[in-house]
Amino acid sequence: MTCSQFLALLDDLIDDSVTPELRAGLQQHLRGCEHCEVILNTTRKTIEIYRSHEIYDLPAGLRERLHAAIMARCKKGC
Amino acid sequence: MATIQPIAGELEPHPDVALVDRVRGGDVSAYDELVRKYDRQIFRIAQHITQNREDAEDVMQDAFLKAYEKLDQFQGNSKFYTWLVRIAVNESLMRLRKRRTGRMVSIDEDVETEEGSVPRDLADWAPDPEQNYNQAELAEILRKTIQGLPQGFRIVFVLRDVEGLSTEETAETLGLSIPAVKSRLLRARLQLRERLSRYFRRNKVGEK
Repeated sequence: MTCSQFLALLDDLIDDSVTPELRAGLQQHLRGCEHCEVILNTTRKTIEIYRSHEIYDLPAGLRERLHAAIMARCKKGC
Repeated sequence: MATIQPIAGELEPHPDVALVDRVRGGDVSAYDELVRKYDRQIFRIAQHITQNREDAEDVMQDAFLKAYEKLDQFQGNSKFYTWLVRIAVNESLMRLRKRRTGRMVSIDEDVETEEGSVPRDLADWAPDPEQNYNQAELAEILRKTIQGLPQGFRIVFVLRDVEGLSTEETAETLGLSIPAVKSRLLRARLQLRERLSRYFRRNKVGEK
């Protein structure tokens, strides 16, 4: 397997949607390719960081204000 | 003694179905529950697309009001949340069009770029690299980095990886084919990785 072939399957590997045979092939490539191992690990980390950090928080005060505005209009039939 | 558990999710009706039925029956408080359940996600999606706080506030209100008005049109063959996200994405794009009068705004914007599709920065990252920054610095880095992505990649990444929609749900929500979602997701992930490498690579530890 070449690095390009590995890269084309990177998402499937990350999303755990590869067959056991394909997974074995990808893991074999990883054992001999430091670059692809770095790409796999840092891409996984990228996703994890974005998933676990709130970059656009909704402050409690604003949340309550928006919530009240929505519900007031719903109760009036919009 | 071992008990037999039903397979999670698939066979049981989604809890939102009961809430939607109650709203349709005239129980507004059930809608209150739905708003509280999803307001943060809708606000976040609107911010990612509009990149403007006031617009995101308006989109959040409009999306929930529109969903309430159109609840009779909700078929129930997709999840309520996915349906709501589709409304919010459309509202966000409409808001952007208003701001950029005369300019087309679509989820296909700038996706022809080849930038970042071949990884160039191959340096490994520091272990737990985010710990080299405080919360505010890290949030700024993450915001700046994702804001630099083409719109069509950013929306796919946000729905799929941040909000946890499936590939199929993301495709349905955005009106894209499944191969298009997969291709955009891979390129979004690789571009974000490449851009974050500047901050997180091992030999940059301590530099900010």
